[in-house]
Amino acid sequence: MTILLLAEHNNGALHAATGKAVAAAKDIGGDIHVLVAGHNAKPAAEAAAKLVGVAKVLHADAPHLEHGLAEEVAALVVPMMSSYDVFVAPATTSGKNVAPRIAAALDVMQLSDITKVLSADTFERPIYAGNAIQTVQSPEAKKIITVRISAFPSVDETGSAAVESIDAPAALGLSTFERAELTKSDRPELSAARIIISGGRGLQSGENFTKYLEPVADVIGAAVGASRAAVDSGFVPNDMQVGQTGKVVAPELYIAVGISGAIQHLAGMKDSKIIVAINKDGEAPIFQVADYGLVADLFQALPELEAELKKAG
Amino acid sequence: MKILVPVKRVVDFNVKIRVKPDGSGIDLANVKMSMNPFDEIAVEEAVRIKEKGGASEVVVVSIGPAKSQETLRTALAIGADRAILVETADTPVEPLAVAKILKAIVEAEKPDLVILGKQAIDDDCNQTGQMLSGLLGWPQGTFASKLELTDGAAVVTREVDGGLETVRLKMPAVVSTDLRLNEPRYPSLPNIMKAKKKPLDTKKPEDFGVDIAPRLNVQKISEPASRKAGVRVGSVAELVQKLKTEAGVL
Repeated sequence: MTILLLAEHNNGALHAATGKAVAAAKDIGGDIHVLVAGHNAKPAAEAAAKLVGVAKVLHADAPHLEHGLAEEVAALVVPMMSSYDVFVAPATTSGKNVAPRIAAALDVMQLSDITKVLSADTFERPIYAGNAIQTVQSPEAKKIITVRISAFPSVDETGSAAVESIDAPAALGLSTFERAELTKSDRPELSAARIIISGGRGLQSGENFTKYLEPVADVIGAAVGASRAAVDSGFVPNDMQVGQTGKVVAPELYIAVGISGAIQHLAGMKDSKIIVAINKDGEAPIFQVADYGLVADLFQALPELEAELKKAG
Repeated sequence: MKILVPVKRVVDFNVKIRVKPDGSGIDLANVKMSMNPFDEIAVEEAVRIKEKGGASEVVVVSIGPAKSQETLRTALAIGADRAILVETADTPVEPLAVAKILKAIVEAEKPDLVILGKQAIDDDCNQTGQMLSGLLGWPQGTFASKLELTDGAAVVTREVDGGLETVRLKMPAVVSTDLRLNEPRYPSLPNIMKAKKKPLDTKKPEDFGVDIAPRLNVQKISEPASRKAGVRVGSVAELVQKLKTEAGVL
Protein backbone atom coordinates (compact mmCIF):
# COMPACT_ATOMS: atom_id res chain seq x y z
CA MET A 1 0.00 0.00 0.00
CA THR A 2 1.25 3.50 -0.82
CA ILE A 3 0.07 6.65 0.91
CA LEU A 4 0.21 10.18 -0.47
CA LEU A 5 0.24 12.69 2.38
CA LEU A 6 -0.36 16.39 1.80
CA ALA A 7 2.05 18.55 3.79
CA GLU A 8 0.82 21.57 5.73
CA HIS A 9 3.33 24.40 5.35
CA ASN A 10 3.76 28.06 4.51
CA ASN A 11 6.51 27.47 1.92
CA GLY A 12 9.25 28.70 4.25
CA ALA A 13 8.51 26.22 7.03
CA LEU A 14 6.70 22.96 7.63
CA HIS A 15 3.75 23.02 10.03
CA ALA A 16 3.70 20.62 12.99
CA ALA A 17 0.40 19.22 11.68
CA THR A 18 2.32 17.39 8.95
CA GLY A 19 4.28 15.25 11.42
CA LYS A 20 1.09 14.32 13.24
CA ALA A 21 -0.57 13.28 9.99
CA VAL A 22 2.51 11.14 9.28
CA ALA A 23 1.95 9.43 12.65
CA ALA A 24 -1.59 8.53 11.55
CA ALA A 25 -0.33 7.36 8.15
CA LYS A 26 2.19 5.08 9.90
CA ASP A 27 -0.70 3.50 11.82
CA ILE A 28 -2.44 2.81 8.49
CA GLY A 29 0.77 1.23 7.17
CA GLY A 30 2.58 1.31 3.83
CA ASP A 31 5.04 3.59 2.05
CA ILE A 32 4.44 7.23 2.88
CA HIS A 33 5.16 9.87 0.24
CA VAL A 34 4.75 13.47 1.38
CA LEU A 35 3.59 16.01 -1.19
CA VAL A 36 4.83 19.56 -0.65
CA ALA A 37 2.84 21.74 -3.05
CA GLY A 38 3.92 25.36 -2.89
CA HIS A 39 6.15 28.06 -4.30
CA ASN A 40 9.76 28.50 -3.21
CA ALA A 41 8.91 25.78 -0.75
CA LYS A 42 12.30 24.07 -0.64
CA PRO A 43 12.70 24.65 3.13
CA ALA A 44 9.33 22.98 3.77
CA ALA A 45 10.24 20.05 1.50
CA GLU A 46 13.58 19.60 3.27
CA ALA A 47 11.86 19.66 6.67
CA ALA A 48 9.35 17.05 5.47
CA ALA A 49 12.22 14.77 4.43
CA LYS A 50 13.34 14.65 8.06
CA LEU A 51 10.04 13.24 9.36
CA VAL A 52 10.62 9.67 10.48
CA GLY A 53 8.51 7.21 8.48
CA VAL A 54 8.52 9.21 5.26
CA ALA A 55 9.86 7.22 2.29
CA LYS A 56 9.96 10.09 -0.20
CA VAL A 57 9.09 13.77 -0.52
CA LEU A 58 7.51 15.00 -3.74
CA HIS A 59 8.01 18.69 -4.24
CA ALA A 60 5.78 20.54 -6.73
CA ASP A 61 6.79 24.17 -7.05
CA ALA A 62 4.78 26.75 -9.02
CA PRO A 63 3.52 30.30 -8.42
CA HIS A 64 -0.12 29.16 -8.48
CA LEU A 65 0.57 26.67 -5.68
CA GLU A 66 1.93 29.30 -3.29
CA HIS A 67 -1.25 29.76 -1.25
CA GLY A 68 -2.60 26.22 -1.33
CA LEU A 69 -5.74 27.12 -3.31
CA ALA A 70 -8.01 24.06 -3.24
CA GLU A 71 -8.72 24.10 -6.99
CA GLU A 72 -5.03 24.11 -7.91
CA VAL A 73 -3.89 21.59 -5.30
CA ALA A 74 -6.72 19.18 -6.22
CA ALA A 75 -5.79 19.44 -9.91
CA LEU A 76 -2.25 18.42 -8.95
CA VAL A 77 -3.24 15.55 -6.64
CA VAL A 78 -6.10 13.89 -8.58
CA PRO A 79 -3.96 12.50 -11.44
CA MET A 80 -1.26 11.44 -8.96
CA MET A 81 -3.78 9.25 -7.13
CA SER A 82 -3.65 6.62 -9.92
CA SER A 83 -0.40 5.50 -8.23
CA TYR A 84 -1.65 5.67 -4.63
CA ASP A 85 -4.12 3.76 -2.46
CA VAL A 86 -4.60 6.33 0.26
CA PHE A 87 -4.59 10.13 0.44
CA VAL A 88 -4.02 11.65 3.87
CA ALA A 89 -4.21 15.32 4.88
CA PRO A 90 -4.21 16.91 8.31
CA ALA A 91 -7.72 18.17 9.22
CA THR A 92 -6.52 21.77 9.29
CA THR A 93 -8.49 24.45 7.45
CA SER A 94 -6.31 23.84 4.37
CA GLY A 95 -6.59 20.05 4.52
CA LYS A 96 -10.36 20.26 5.04
CA ASN A 97 -10.58 22.65 2.12
CA VAL A 98 -8.87 20.46 -0.45
CA ALA A 99 -9.48 16.79 0.52
CA PRO A 100 -13.21 16.53 -0.34
CA ARG A 101 -12.55 18.10 -3.75
CA ILE A 102 -10.10 15.28 -4.45
CA ALA A 103 -12.51 12.66 -3.06
CA ALA A 104 -15.32 13.85 -5.33
CA ALA A 105 -13.07 13.79 -8.40
CA LEU A 106 -12.13 10.18 -7.60
CA ASP A 107 -15.76 9.25 -6.77
CA VAL A 108 -14.75 8.24 -3.24
CA MET A 109 -16.52 8.93 0.04
CA GLN A 110 -14.08 10.68 2.40
CA LEU A 111 -13.32 9.80 6.02
CA SER A 112 -13.14 13.14 7.85
CA ASP A 113 -11.25 13.97 11.01
CA ILE A 114 -10.18 10.48 12.09
CA THR A 115 -8.96 10.20 15.69
CA LYS A 116 -7.86 6.54 15.69
CA VAL A 117 -6.70 3.95 13.16
CA LEU A 118 -8.17 0.54 14.06
CA SER A 119 -6.94 -1.17 10.88
CA ALA A 120 -5.93 -0.12 7.36
CA ASP A 121 -9.59 0.42 6.45
CA THR A 122 -11.35 1.00 9.80
CA PHE A 123 -11.23 4.19 11.80
CA GLU A 124 -12.76 6.10 14.68
CA ARG A 125 -14.02 9.63 14.20
CA PRO A 126 -16.01 11.96 16.41
CA ILE A 127 -19.53 13.01 15.41
CA TYR A 128 -22.03 15.37 17.07
CA ALA A 129 -19.21 17.65 18.23
CA GLY A 130 -17.42 14.78 19.91
CA ASN A 131 -20.48 13.66 21.88
CA ALA A 132 -20.37 10.32 20.05
CA ILE A 133 -17.65 8.27 18.36
CA GLN A 134 -18.29 6.57 15.05
CA THR A 135 -16.40 3.41 14.08
CA VAL A 136 -16.41 3.35 10.29
CA GLN A 137 -14.99 0.97 7.71
CA SER A 138 -14.27 2.02 4.14
CA PRO A 139 -14.51 -0.59 1.40
CA GLU A 140 -13.61 2.09 -1.21
CA ALA A 141 -10.77 1.18 -3.60
CA LYS A 142 -9.02 4.40 -2.62
CA LYS A 143 -9.26 6.08 0.74
CA ILE A 144 -9.34 9.83 1.27
CA ILE A 145 -8.70 10.67 4.90
CA THR A 146 -8.28 13.78 7.01
CA VAL A 147 -6.63 13.42 10.39
CA ARG A 148 -7.51 15.25 13.61
CA ILE A 149 -4.02 16.34 14.54
CA SER A 150 -4.65 16.68 18.29
CA ALA A 151 -5.31 12.93 18.38
CA PHE A 152 -1.87 11.87 17.11
CA PRO A 153 1.67 12.39 18.43
CA SER A 154 4.39 14.04 16.38
CA VAL A 155 7.02 11.85 14.73
CA ASP A 156 10.73 12.42 15.26
CA GLU A 157 12.63 14.62 12.85
CA THR A 158 15.74 12.51 12.41
CA GLY A 159 14.95 10.97 9.03
CA SER A 160 16.52 11.68 5.65
CA ALA A 161 14.12 10.85 2.83
CA ALA A 162 14.92 11.85 -0.75
CA VAL A 163 13.26 14.96 -2.16
CA GLU A 164 12.06 14.58 -5.74
CA SER A 165 10.82 17.49 -7.84
CA ILE A 166 7.61 16.89 -9.76
CA ASP A 167 5.85 19.02 -12.36
CA ALA A 168 2.71 20.92 -11.50
CA PRO A 169 -0.12 21.12 -14.03
CA ALA A 170 -0.87 24.53 -15.54
CA ALA A 171 -2.84 26.94 -13.38
CA LEU A 172 -6.65 26.66 -13.61
CA GLY A 173 -7.12 30.26 -12.49
CA LEU A 174 -10.62 29.63 -11.10
CA SER A 175 -9.71 31.50 -7.94
CA THR A 176 -6.97 33.88 -6.92
CA PHE A 177 -5.42 34.67 -3.58
CA GLU A 178 -5.93 38.30 -2.55
CA ARG A 179 -4.49 38.66 0.94
CA ALA A 180 -4.02 37.06 4.34
CA GLU A 181 -4.40 38.70 7.72
CA LEU A 182 -2.57 36.28 9.93
CA THR A 183 -2.26 36.86 13.63
CA LYS A 184 1.35 37.40 14.63
CA SER A 185 2.46 36.21 18.03
CA ASP A 186 5.64 35.22 19.81
CA ARG A 187 3.72 32.66 21.81
CA PRO A 188 3.36 29.02 20.70
CA GLU A 189 0.59 28.17 18.26
CA LEU A 190 -2.56 26.71 19.79
CA SER A 191 -2.45 23.50 17.77
CA ALA A 192 1.15 22.74 18.79
CA ALA A 193 1.34 24.09 22.35
CA ARG A 194 2.19 21.94 25.39
CA ILE A 195 0.34 24.34 27.68
CA ILE A 196 -2.71 26.46 26.81
CA ILE A 197 -4.38 29.09 28.93
CA SER A 198 -7.79 30.20 27.63
CA GLY A 199 -10.09 33.01 28.67
CA GLY A 200 -13.85 33.26 28.41
CA ARG A 201 -16.55 35.84 28.82
CA GLY A 202 -15.40 36.23 32.44
CA LEU A 203 -12.39 38.20 31.22
CA GLN A 204 -14.85 40.97 30.25
CA SER A 205 -12.64 42.64 27.62
CA GLY A 206 -9.74 42.21 25.22
CA GLU A 207 -7.64 44.52 27.40
CA ASN A 208 -8.05 42.07 30.27
CA PHE A 209 -6.64 39.27 28.10
CA THR A 210 -3.51 41.42 27.71
CA LYS A 211 -3.43 42.58 31.30
CA TYR A 212 -4.27 39.38 33.19
CA LEU A 213 -4.01 36.28 30.96
CA GLU A 214 -0.99 36.94 28.76
CA PRO A 215 1.49 37.58 31.62
CA VAL A 216 0.62 34.15 33.05
CA ALA A 217 1.01 32.57 29.60
CA ASP A 218 4.46 34.12 29.24
CA VAL A 219 5.71 32.75 32.57
CA ILE A 220 5.00 29.15 31.52
CA GLY A 221 5.43 29.48 27.73
CA ALA A 222 1.76 28.80 27.07
CA ALA A 223 -0.38 29.53 24.04
CA VAL A 224 -3.40 31.76 24.62
CA GLY A 225 -6.85 30.58 23.61
CA ALA A 226 -10.42 31.78 24.05
CA SER A 227 -13.96 30.49 24.26
CA ARG A 228 -16.50 31.23 21.55
CA ALA A 229 -18.24 33.62 23.95
CA ALA A 230 -15.05 35.69 24.22
CA VAL A 231 -14.57 35.69 20.45
CA ASP A 232 -18.20 36.55 19.72
CA SER A 233 -18.03 39.38 22.25
CA GLY A 234 -15.16 40.80 20.20
CA PHE A 235 -12.51 40.46 22.93
CA VAL A 236 -10.07 38.51 20.74
CA PRO A 237 -9.83 37.36 17.08
CA ASN A 238 -11.49 34.16 15.86
CA ASP A 239 -8.26 32.23 15.34
CA MET A 240 -7.85 32.07 19.12
CA GLN A 241 -11.07 30.12 19.54
CA VAL A 242 -10.90 26.69 21.11
CA GLY A 243 -13.98 24.56 20.59
CA GLN A 244 -15.95 22.47 18.17
CA THR A 245 -16.20 25.36 15.73
CA GLY A 246 -12.69 26.62 16.45
CA LYS A 247 -9.56 24.66 17.15
CA VAL A 248 -9.58 21.23 18.74
CA VAL A 249 -6.61 20.95 21.07
CA ALA A 250 -5.16 18.34 23.43
CA PRO A 251 -2.23 19.89 25.31
CA GLU A 252 -0.63 18.46 28.44
CA LEU A 253 -2.08 21.27 30.51
CA TYR A 254 -5.19 23.31 29.71
CA ILE A 255 -6.10 26.19 32.00
CA ALA A 256 -9.64 27.53 31.50
CA VAL A 257 -10.18 30.92 33.07
CA GLY A 258 -13.61 32.54 33.27
CA ILE A 259 -15.03 29.89 30.94
CA SER A 260 -18.33 28.32 31.95
CA GLY A 261 -17.79 25.17 29.88
CA ALA A 262 -20.41 25.12 27.13
CA ILE A 263 -20.59 21.79 25.24
CA GLN A 264 -19.09 23.46 22.21
CA HIS A 265 -16.01 24.55 24.17
CA LEU A 266 -15.60 21.20 25.95
CA ALA A 267 -15.60 19.46 22.57
CA GLY A 268 -12.48 21.40 21.70
CA MET A 269 -10.37 20.69 24.78
CA LYS A 270 -11.68 17.70 26.73
CA ASP A 271 -8.88 15.43 25.48
CA SER A 272 -6.26 17.57 27.23
CA LYS A 273 -4.16 15.59 29.71
CA ILE A 274 -4.72 17.88 32.70
CA ILE A 275 -7.52 20.46 32.85
CA VAL A 276 -7.55 23.33 35.33
CA ALA A 277 -10.63 25.52 35.77
CA ILE A 278 -10.67 28.90 37.46
CA ASN A 279 -14.15 30.36 37.73
CA LYS A 280 -16.05 32.33 40.33
CA ASP A 281 -19.19 30.25 39.75
CA GLY A 282 -18.65 26.96 41.56
CA GLU A 283 -21.58 25.44 39.66
CA ALA A 284 -20.08 26.09 36.20
CA PRO A 285 -20.05 22.92 34.05
CA ILE A 286 -16.31 23.36 33.36
CA PHE A 287 -15.67 21.97 36.87
CA GLN A 288 -17.21 18.65 35.81
CA VAL A 289 -14.30 17.98 33.47
CA ALA A 290 -11.53 19.74 35.41
CA ASP A 291 -8.83 17.79 37.23
CA TYR A 292 -8.19 20.81 39.43
CA GLY A 293 -10.85 23.41 40.09
CA LEU A 294 -10.41 26.74 41.82
CA VAL A 295 -13.47 28.79 42.68
CA ALA A 296 -12.14 32.32 42.69
CA ASP A 297 -12.39 35.77 41.15
CA LEU A 298 -10.05 35.58 38.19
CA PHE A 299 -8.94 39.20 38.56
CA GLN A 300 -7.40 38.24 41.89
CA ALA A 301 -6.41 34.68 41.00
CA LEU A 302 -4.49 35.47 37.79
CA PRO A 303 -1.97 37.92 39.32
CA GLU A 304 -1.51 35.45 42.18
CA LEU A 305 -1.00 32.63 39.67
CA GLU A 306 1.58 34.70 37.80
CA ALA A 307 3.48 35.32 41.05
CA GLU A 308 3.28 31.68 42.23
CA LEU A 309 4.43 30.36 38.86
CA LYS A 310 7.38 32.77 38.88
CA LYS A 311 8.26 31.53 42.35
CA ALA A 312 7.92 27.89 41.27
CA GLY A 313 9.97 28.81 38.15
CA MET B 1 -28.78 36.35 -10.50
CA LYS B 2 -29.99 33.20 -8.84
CA ILE B 3 -28.68 31.71 -5.59
CA LEU B 4 -29.13 28.08 -4.56
CA VAL B 5 -28.95 27.24 -0.86
CA PRO B 6 -28.86 23.59 0.25
CA VAL B 7 -30.08 23.03 3.83
CA LYS B 8 -30.08 20.02 6.16
CA ARG B 9 -32.42 18.99 8.94
CA VAL B 10 -30.39 17.98 11.99
CA VAL B 11 -30.77 17.51 15.74
CA ASP B 12 -31.14 20.97 17.28
CA PHE B 13 -27.79 22.32 18.47
CA ASN B 14 -29.10 22.75 22.04
CA VAL B 15 -30.02 19.08 22.40
CA LYS B 16 -27.68 16.84 24.37
CA ILE B 17 -27.74 13.71 22.21
CA ARG B 18 -28.02 10.19 23.61
CA VAL B 19 -26.06 7.30 22.15
CA LYS B 20 -28.17 4.12 21.91
CA PRO B 21 -26.81 1.50 24.32
CA ASP B 22 -26.62 -1.15 21.58
CA GLY B 23 -24.20 1.00 19.58
CA SER B 24 -26.54 1.24 16.58
CA GLY B 25 -26.78 5.02 16.50
CA ILE B 26 -28.15 8.13 18.15
CA ASP B 27 -31.57 8.07 19.81
CA LEU B 28 -33.64 10.49 17.71
CA ALA B 29 -37.07 9.65 19.17
CA ASN B 30 -38.87 12.83 20.30
CA VAL B 31 -35.74 14.91 19.80
CA LYS B 32 -36.11 18.51 18.61
CA MET B 33 -34.90 18.91 15.03
CA SER B 34 -33.85 22.19 13.39
CA MET B 35 -32.04 23.60 10.41
CA ASN B 36 -28.28 23.02 10.58
CA PRO B 37 -26.99 26.33 12.08
CA PHE B 38 -24.38 26.86 9.35
CA ASP B 39 -27.10 26.39 6.70
CA GLU B 40 -29.29 28.96 8.45
CA ILE B 41 -26.41 31.42 8.05
CA ALA B 42 -26.26 30.47 4.35
CA VAL B 43 -29.99 31.16 3.88
CA GLU B 44 -29.67 34.49 5.70
CA GLU B 45 -26.71 35.53 3.52
CA ALA B 46 -28.55 34.67 0.29
CA VAL B 47 -31.66 36.54 1.41
CA ARG B 48 -29.59 39.60 2.38
CA ILE B 49 -27.96 39.60 -1.07
CA LYS B 50 -31.43 39.49 -2.63
CA GLU B 51 -32.76 42.25 -0.36
CA LYS B 52 -29.85 44.48 -1.42
CA GLY B 53 -30.79 43.89 -5.06
CA GLY B 54 -27.89 41.53 -5.75
CA ALA B 55 -30.04 38.51 -6.62
CA SER B 56 -33.42 37.92 -8.23
CA GLU B 57 -34.24 34.54 -6.74
CA VAL B 58 -33.20 32.36 -3.80
CA VAL B 59 -33.96 28.65 -4.16
CA VAL B 60 -33.53 26.32 -1.18
CA VAL B 61 -33.09 22.58 -1.46
CA SER B 62 -33.00 19.81 1.12
CA ILE B 63 -32.15 16.16 0.70
CA GLY B 64 -33.70 14.10 3.47
CA PRO B 65 -36.87 12.59 4.91
CA ALA B 66 -40.34 14.09 4.29
CA LYS B 67 -40.07 16.11 7.51
CA SER B 68 -37.28 18.16 5.91
CA GLN B 69 -40.24 20.13 4.51
CA GLU B 70 -40.34 21.91 7.87
CA THR B 71 -36.71 22.94 7.44
CA LEU B 72 -37.46 24.22 3.95
CA ARG B 73 -40.47 26.18 5.26
CA THR B 74 -38.17 27.82 7.81
CA ALA B 75 -35.85 28.85 4.98
CA LEU B 76 -38.83 30.21 3.03
CA ALA B 77 -39.89 32.18 6.12
CA ILE B 78 -36.43 33.74 6.34
CA GLY B 79 -37.01 34.93 2.78
CA ALA B 80 -36.16 32.26 0.20
CA ASP B 81 -38.52 32.21 -2.80
CA ARG B 82 -39.11 28.54 -3.45
CA ALA B 83 -38.00 25.12 -2.28
CA ILE B 84 -37.09 21.71 -3.61
CA LEU B 85 -37.27 18.61 -1.41
CA VAL B 86 -35.40 15.54 -2.58
CA GLU B 87 -37.13 12.98 -0.44
CA THR B 88 -35.19 10.02 0.94
CA ALA B 89 -35.80 7.39 3.59
CA ASP B 90 -35.05 8.29 7.19
CA THR B 91 -31.43 7.10 6.95
CA PRO B 92 -28.39 9.36 6.54
CA VAL B 93 -27.28 10.25 3.01
CA GLU B 94 -23.52 10.62 2.62
CA PRO B 95 -22.02 13.93 1.45
CA LEU B 96 -20.81 12.43 -1.85
CA ALA B 97 -24.37 11.39 -2.81
CA VAL B 98 -25.71 14.75 -1.62
CA ALA B 99 -23.13 16.55 -3.78
CA LYS B 100 -24.12 14.46 -6.82
CA ILE B 101 -27.82 15.30 -6.39
CA LEU B 102 -26.95 18.98 -5.88
CA LYS B 103 -24.85 18.92 -9.05
CA ALA B 104 -27.88 17.68 -11.01
CA ILE B 105 -30.04 20.40 -9.44
CA VAL B 106 -27.43 23.05 -10.26
CA GLU B 107 -27.40 21.89 -13.89
CA ALA B 108 -31.20 22.21 -14.04
CA GLU B 109 -31.56 25.47 -12.07
CA LYS B 110 -28.40 27.20 -13.32
CA PRO B 111 -27.69 29.33 -10.25
CA ASP B 112 -24.74 31.75 -10.28
CA LEU B 113 -23.88 31.03 -6.68
CA VAL B 114 -24.38 28.17 -4.25
CA ILE B 115 -24.12 29.09 -0.55
CA LEU B 116 -24.20 26.31 2.05
CA GLY B 117 -23.06 25.54 5.58
CA LYS B 118 -19.45 24.45 6.01
CA GLN B 119 -20.52 21.34 7.90
CA ALA B 120 -23.55 19.66 9.38
CA ILE B 121 -23.49 19.43 13.16
CA ASP B 122 -24.58 15.78 13.13
CA ASP B 123 -21.99 13.91 11.04
CA ASP B 124 -19.42 16.77 11.21
CA CYS B 125 -18.11 15.78 7.77
CA ASN B 126 -17.30 19.21 6.28
CA GLN B 127 -17.34 17.84 2.72
CA THR B 128 -20.45 18.67 0.71
CA GLY B 129 -19.51 22.16 -0.51
CA GLN B 130 -16.02 21.16 -1.60
CA MET B 131 -17.33 18.00 -3.28
CA LEU B 132 -20.03 19.94 -5.13
CA SER B 133 -17.61 22.57 -6.42
CA GLY B 134 -15.19 19.81 -7.43
CA LEU B 135 -17.88 17.92 -9.35
CA LEU B 136 -19.00 21.12 -11.08
CA GLY B 137 -15.46 22.31 -11.77
CA TRP B 138 -16.34 25.57 -10.00
CA PRO B 139 -14.15 27.55 -7.61
CA GLN B 140 -14.84 27.27 -3.89
CA GLY B 141 -14.69 29.72 -1.00
CA THR B 142 -14.98 27.67 2.18
CA PHE B 143 -15.44 28.82 5.81
CA ALA B 144 -16.57 32.31 4.75
CA SER B 145 -16.81 35.10 7.30
CA LYS B 146 -17.42 37.76 4.64
CA LEU B 147 -18.81 37.64 1.12
CA GLU B 148 -18.81 40.44 -1.45
CA LEU B 149 -20.08 40.16 -5.01
CA THR B 150 -18.41 42.43 -7.57
CA ASP B 151 -17.90 42.31 -11.35
CA GLY B 152 -18.69 38.65 -11.85
CA ALA B 153 -16.54 37.63 -8.92
CA ALA B 154 -17.20 36.52 -5.36
CA VAL B 155 -14.65 37.92 -2.92
CA VAL B 156 -14.61 35.62 0.09
CA THR B 157 -12.85 36.20 3.39
CA ARG B 158 -12.14 32.79 4.89
CA GLU B 159 -11.56 31.80 8.49
CA VAL B 160 -8.31 29.84 8.39
CA ASP B 161 -6.18 28.40 11.20
CA GLY B 162 -3.79 31.35 11.39
CA GLY B 163 -6.35 34.14 10.96
CA LEU B 164 -8.18 35.32 7.84
CA GLU B 165 -7.55 34.79 4.14
CA THR B 166 -9.27 36.51 1.23
CA VAL B 167 -9.76 34.84 -2.16
CA ARG B 168 -11.43 36.04 -5.35
CA LEU B 169 -13.60 33.43 -7.10
CA LYS B 170 -14.80 33.55 -10.69
CA MET B 171 -18.56 33.08 -10.76
CA PRO B 172 -20.35 30.71 -10.75
CA ALA B 173 -18.94 29.56 -7.44
CA VAL B 174 -19.64 27.62 -4.25
CA VAL B 175 -19.32 29.39 -0.90
CA SER B 176 -19.50 27.60 2.48
CA THR B 177 -20.36 29.58 5.58
CA ASP B 178 -18.63 29.93 8.91
CA LEU B 179 -20.24 31.23 12.10
CA ARG B 180 -19.27 34.87 11.84
CA LEU B 181 -20.68 35.53 8.34
CA ASN B 182 -23.94 36.91 9.78
CA GLU B 183 -26.55 36.49 12.50
CA PRO B 184 -29.67 34.90 11.05
CA ARG B 185 -32.95 36.70 11.72
CA TYR B 186 -35.95 35.25 13.51
CA PRO B 187 -38.70 34.95 10.88
CA SER B 188 -41.72 37.15 11.64
CA LEU B 189 -45.17 35.62 12.02
CA PRO B 190 -46.47 37.15 8.75
CA ASN B 191 -43.44 35.74 6.95
CA ILE B 192 -44.02 32.31 8.50
CA MET B 193 -47.62 32.47 7.20
CA LYS B 194 -46.46 33.61 3.77
CA ALA B 195 -43.88 30.83 3.63
CA LYS B 196 -46.67 28.25 3.79
CA LYS B 197 -47.91 29.41 0.39
CA LYS B 198 -44.53 29.49 -1.35
CA PRO B 199 -43.90 26.70 -3.91
CA LEU B 200 -42.25 23.48 -2.72
CA ASP B 201 -41.43 20.78 -5.28
CA THR B 202 -40.83 17.21 -4.20
CA LYS B 203 -38.42 14.96 -6.07
CA LYS B 204 -36.68 11.61 -5.53
CA PRO B 205 -32.95 10.79 -5.82
CA GLU B 206 -33.87 8.52 -8.78
CA ASP B 207 -35.12 11.59 -10.66
CA PHE B 208 -31.49 12.66 -10.82
CA GLY B 209 -30.09 9.18 -11.47
CA VAL B 210 -28.09 9.24 -8.26
CA ASP B 211 -27.52 6.10 -6.19
CA ILE B 212 -27.63 7.12 -2.51
CA ALA B 213 -26.64 3.75 -1.04
CA PRO B 214 -23.92 4.45 1.55
CA ARG B 215 -20.33 3.78 0.54
CA LEU B 216 -18.98 3.54 4.09
CA ASN B 217 -19.96 0.94 6.69
CA VAL B 218 -20.69 2.47 10.06
CA GLN B 219 -19.93 -0.40 12.42
CA LYS B 220 -20.97 1.25 15.64
CA ILE B 221 -21.61 4.52 17.43
CA SER B 222 -20.29 4.70 20.96
CA GLU B 223 -20.05 7.09 23.88
CA PRO B 224 -16.81 9.03 24.08
CA ALA B 225 -14.51 8.27 26.99
CA SER B 226 -15.92 10.23 29.89
CA ARG B 227 -13.94 12.53 32.09
CA LYS B 228 -14.52 12.71 35.79
CA ALA B 229 -14.43 15.84 37.88
CA GLY B 230 -11.24 16.05 39.90
CA VAL B 231 -10.54 17.94 43.08
CA ARG B 232 -11.21 21.48 44.21
CA VAL B 233 -8.22 23.41 45.45
CA GLY B 234 -8.45 26.11 48.06
CA SER B 235 -5.87 28.55 46.78
CA VAL B 236 -3.64 29.48 43.86
CA ALA B 237 -0.59 28.30 45.83
CA GLU B 238 -2.15 24.87 46.34
CA LEU B 239 -3.03 24.70 42.64
CA VAL B 240 0.53 25.43 41.51
CA GLN B 241 1.93 22.97 44.04
CA LYS B 242 -0.41 20.19 42.83
CA LEU B 243 0.35 20.89 39.16
CA LYS B 244 4.04 20.63 39.95
CA THR B 245 4.19 17.59 42.22
CA GLU B 246 0.97 15.61 41.62
CA ALA B 247 0.27 16.22 37.93
CA GLY B 248 3.85 16.84 36.91
CA VAL B 249 2.92 19.23 34.11
CA LEU B 250 4.88 22.28 35.22
